[in-house]
Amino acid sequence: MSERYVAAIDQGTASSRCLVFDRAGRIVSVGQKEHHHIYPRPGWVEHDPEEIWRNVEQVVAHALAEARLEPADLVAVGIANQRETTLVWDRETGRALHNAITWQDTRTDHLVRELAQRFGDDHFRERSGLPPATYFSGPKLRWLLDNVPGLRARAGRGEVLFGTVDSWLIWRLTGRHLTDVTNASRTMMMNLDTLDWDDELLAALDVPRAMLPEIRPSAETYGAAAGRLAGVPVAAALGDQQAALLGQTCLAAGEAKCTYGTGSFLLLHTGERPVRSSGGLLTTVCCRVGAEAPTYALEGSIAVTGSLVQWFRDNLGLIGSAPEIETLARTVQDSGGCYFVPAFSGLFAPHWRSDARGVIAGLTGYITKGHLARAVLEATAWQTREVVEAMIADAGVSLSALRVDGGMTANNLLMQFIADVLDVPVVRPIVAETVSLGAAYAAGLAVGFWPDADALRANWHVAAQWRPDMDPARRERGYRKWRKAVARTLDWVDEDDEE
Amino acid sequence: MPGNIQSIERAAAILRLLSGRNRRLGVVDISGELGLPKGTVHGLLRTLQHVGFVEQDPETGKYRLGAALLHMGSSYLDGNELRTRALNWSDSLAARTQEAVRIGTLHDGQVLIVHHVFRPDDSYQTLDVGSLLPAHATALGKVLLAHHPYVAAELARKGMVSYTDQTICDLERLERELEHVRERGWAAEYGELSPSQVSLAAPIMDRRGLTVGAMAIFGPPERLLAARAPRGELLTHVREAAQSVSRELGAIPW
Ligand SMILES: Nc1ncnc2c1ncn2[C@@H]1O[C@H](COP(=O)(O)OP(=O)(O)O)[C@@H](O)[C@H]1O
Repeated sequence: MSERYVAAIDQGTASSRCLVFDRAGRIVSVGQKEHHHIYPRPGWVEHDPEEIWRNVEQVVAHALAEARLEPADLVAVGIANQRETTLVWDRETGRALHNAITWQDTRTDHLVRELAQRFGDDHFRERSGLPPATYFSGPKLRWLLDNVPGLRARAGRGEVLFGTVDSWLIWRLTGRHLTDVTNASRTMMMNLDTLDWDDELLAALDVPRAMLPEIRPSAETYGAAAGRLAGVPVAAALGDQQAALLGQTCLAAGEAKCTYGTGSFLLLHTGERPVRSSGGLLTTVCCRVGAEAPTYALEGSIAVTGSLVQWFRDNLGLIGSAPEIETLARTVQDSGGCYFVPAFSGLFAPHWRSDARGVIAGLTGYITKGHLARAVLEATAWQTREVVEAMIADAGVSLSALRVDGGMTANNLLMQFIADVLDVPVVRPIVAETVSLGAAYAAGLAVGFWPDADALRANWHVAAQWRPDMDPARRERGYRKWRKAVARTLDWVDEDDEE
Repeated sequence: MPGNIQSIERAAAILRLLSGRNRRLGVVDISGELGLPKGTVHGLLRTLQHVGFVEQDPETGKYRLGAALLHMGSSYLDGNELRTRALNWSDSLAARTQEAVRIGTLHDGQVLIVHHVFRPDDSYQTLDVGSLLPAHATALGKVLLAHHPYVAAELARKGMVSYTDQTICDLERLERELEHVRERGWAAEYGELSPSQVSLAAPIMDRRGLTVGAMAIFGPPERLLAARAPRGELLTHVREAAQSVSRELGAIPW
């Protein structure tokens, strides 16, 4: 009996990867390649679409070769991708007409402010679930239309196609121009209720509909691949964070995961209804499998988590590597009453205060570098609690556990502290590659490799669990102090500050 | 500075001289650099060689820093660093073998657990990172002792506790076993800590080839053994996982 497998292409911000999984959801092989970041000006970050495509072909070939597999051994391939990154290409030649403008790129800063002033935040939020921000694809596409000579005229004639990275890869793999609904939900152009492009949003952004891809479910067979994957059904596409949610098998309302990396992304499954946030969180499509009803999620991102550990290492030089922060933190019992609010460029979810700047509060002569190391780690936990509380208030559900993945989950002290301040168990699954696994799961569901969600749940196993173990009075005292520290970051930036 | 011992100062100067990048120096070079008579340098080098702090290249006759010195300085690797680097490999070892995985380092003659992955069957388990296991009665410990032989002798002096009728409590037997472990590159423990559990371990090495930790699976004998010997495929998984972590440690840190 020959085993069959599912492949996942994870086209991420830093690298492209291809992972092959077996039916038990175990990794069989991996190919990975980094690509270049192009910085034409301060704040601008681009990728070369052709390099990305070449790398994807290479990592696919590598992953197949490593496990000595042929396309016929694969039942399907799924795609997970960096979200919001924006591409335009020529329908005729298939060539990219500009570098990809990545999600981190802030060139649309002015444009976004203008949009917010002219139409109001709610105009966008009500329809798309997103407030105007530089991350999202719509403003990036508008910038391209305004700045690439001839683009707007050609786009109006249907000669130019727009897509996020999923569309670009699906186009190259199958020749079809489409996008999945989770990626479309990050463009600021899709209506969350109709799951179609919204004419009013398109009008506000001044984007011609003719260049937009068709919006399809996240899991369905889009077509058969060409090239190294010849004949393999391309059967899923999801934004990376949505893929991670699926990879963590958060499949029902109230299930949540947080990916703790450079920054952290917390997503809470809210079932079949989109929950509009009053706490400054994003509403986004979670997944749509074939003709099934779509599911939604609330998303809160925490800008500064792992990067604060890096800052502590590089800018203060108190540790030699990120993991050593745990060693240093364990030289003391607690943070000594010290709180570190890393509002390096303002406060994000759920506060949204751009006038805030970072503080270390509660300093006394007693504080050592060990206490500071604790405060750095605890900042990630307290920020998680703020986002979780806002989510629970919006969605009216309670959280029974938090599933975690990402580089910071190697830190036991941090994971225990998160369990303590959230007062729920924190659980790390055995497959840390949740993004790729989620893409594989969606593709496998689309072709019937896994019959249903329960089959996925059976693959999910606990690698580690941290159970809450903190005196409630201490927890609430700590949170109160944290909020006082947050209050001290506000109103720091003045009109006439030199940036 | 009154009270300092001149020959120690001179020995230290030689070591400092040899500690430059891949330094190999002859007696003449050293005596020239330090302005000391050749005979004095020769005598110092002989003593340093005797305690393993310098080694002489048999071909060129030149001296370099010795393995004992390197061991003292750098076989220490931060346990949190080790866990972070090993995370992916230990997870996939647990997924492949369906057994619990632990990574340990040597700490005052005992095995300090720095990482623990649950057996992937979703039964109730508790993280035991930070706990200490006896070195002579675990596969992790045997791997670590095999590469730090002087610790075994120390253990024997303090007395080795017997946990089951399988526990090795005799230094001579333990040393024969450790010799075996060094030759094969892995260690097994057959119910020596608890009758219902066996463990299989392999060394984790840093870029100089020094053993900085060990990685093991733990489980009941009926799953880990066949005909009273470790199951071949499980052993292969353990050794491959430990090698992958070793490769990872050879890489540049973040
Ligand atoms: N043991 C650790 N303790 C605390 N932070 C860590 C640890 N290991 C890694 N990190 C942090 O995690 C981040 C890397 O995680 P990763 O998931 O690889 O991030 P990303 O995918 O965002 O690049 C870095 O910011 C690093 O500082």
